[in-house]
Amino acid sequence: MAYVAVKGGEKAIDNAHAWLARERRGDTVHPVLSVAQIEEQLGRSVDRVMAEGSLYDRELAALAIKQAQGDLIEAAFLIRAYRTTLPRFAHSRPVETAAMRIERRVSAVFKDLPGGQVLGPTYDYTHRLLDFSLLDDEAVAPATRSPHPLEPMPRVPDILGQEGLIEPDTSAEQEPGDLTREPLTFPADRDVRLQALARGDEGFILGLGYSTQRGYGGSHPFAGEIRMGEVSVEIEPAELGFSIDIGDLVLTECQMVNQFKGSKTVPPQFTRGYGLIFGFGERKAMSMALVDRAMRAGELGEDVTAPAQNIEFVLYHSDNIEATGFVEHLKLPHYVDFQSELQNVRRMRESAA
Amino acid sequence: MTDSARSTHPDPARRRWMAVLARAEADRIAKLLAHCGNLPAHTIIRGPEGGLVMVRGRAGGGGSAFNLGEMTVTRCTVRTETGFIGHAYVAGREERRAELAALVDALMQDNDRNTEVETRVITPLERQQMERKAERASNAAATRVQFFAMQTMRT
Repeated sequence: MAYVAVKGGEKAIDNAHAWLARERRGDTVHPVLSVAQIEEQLGRSVDRVMAEGSLYDRELAALAIKQAQGDLIEAAFLIRAYRTTLPRFAHSRPVETAAMRIERRVSAVFKDLPGGQVLGPTYDYTHRLLDFSLLDDEAVAPATRSPHPLEPMPRVPDILGQEGLIEPDTSAEQEPGDLTREPLTFPADRDVRLQALARGDEGFILGLGYSTQRGYGGSHPFAGEIRMGEVSVEIEPAELGFSIDIGDLVLTECQMVNQFKGSKTVPPQFTRGYGLIFGFGERKAMSMALVDRAMRAGELGEDVTAPAQNIEFVLYHSDNIEATGFVEHLKLPHYVDFQSELQNVRRMRESAA
Repeated sequence: MTDSARSTHPDPARRRWMAVLARAEADRIAKLLAHCGNLPAHTIIRGPEGGLVMVRGRAGGGGSAFNLGEMTVTRCTVRTETGFIGHAYVAGREERRAELAALVDALMQDNDRNTEVETRVITPLERQQMERKAERASNAAATRVQFFAMQTMRT
């Protein structure tokens, strides 16, 4: 592939960027949008940019959304570029989602589970009718506070695990792979797959998850549990020699529970797919759990036939920054390539004539 | 951190105040510190500097670790003229917050000041943080579903 060096576009590029800045600002009769407003009032966009930009910082994500005029993939791209300018101080201890300060927790498999069904700030059960009162600066109802405190909420896999009916978590104490440090290689272990899914494109992961439900590698899933809330992050700086708590993150976790026939060595039991992402992003966490389970087909002795079960296919195409780079590079000058193709076609026609 | 891990922490008191400081706003720390009389001068040994922490999760919630994604963190180390070294690692990119957190960490290690700084800075910050947590938990509890038994509804 060859690109031809092009000169002479500087003035046009400058003018294009100046126009872009004016388009971004919009009509100045309207007040300028503040980054704080985006952070507070477009929280789900902020969550998505943090997840796919793979960097938890609400203000930076809001800034990127403003700069990208609300183009969330462009915003995630800006965040990925920014993170390369910063040194990494440490990695955290694995976050304890069992100790999450729950804001939402639902299970589709047990109605009366310990801790109950906590809906949180959900769009579920809304009628999806446009709310025209939002055209104005409408008043918001005051918070409803419950006199009853939340009860402890054990994780659904732990409840099922007491009877031994679900596969237990197994832990290998080895350093997990890191896609930001080492290029993707195959076979890719589950740690790398989960990292790729957590930062993958929501639309792509959603489509793949959906495909497993429609029969392309189906694994009979139930949403065992979805939980969202704050967890604390701990690191162990070398200069201190002990662990410290550096702040909170909002995470969404999904435990998908799937049928499993069993094998020669393992009795019939439920298997699991896992989803964990930055922010409040239930659709993505559920999709991630479906695709995680689908990619375990080989490990569990199931036939690998469907796209979602094909680890290379999923991992090579889940990253929207890579995907947009390769798709959009097609608009760069390919004048020389095309000239040679043109000559080829002419030559073939001449020889056919 | 699990309860069992917390009980084996070498310095649980310091762990607690550092966690409180990591969540406090710079203006609020500064305002509370102003009630602590004359503070010793401090010099900055490192930072405040911004960087990243790679946040890890566990496959299935309890299995092998994996890298979930990064978060922004600011760190700072200060030394007071009285010889105490304070450290701070705080989520986000606010340098002033990291410096103030490191300063308070140093002051809290000084037995002559510990009680006063605890009472005037750490306790009120912690109370505010607990109130916020309780409020969110209470909002969540108000959305807990109270099921009716369908059989009794039919009769």
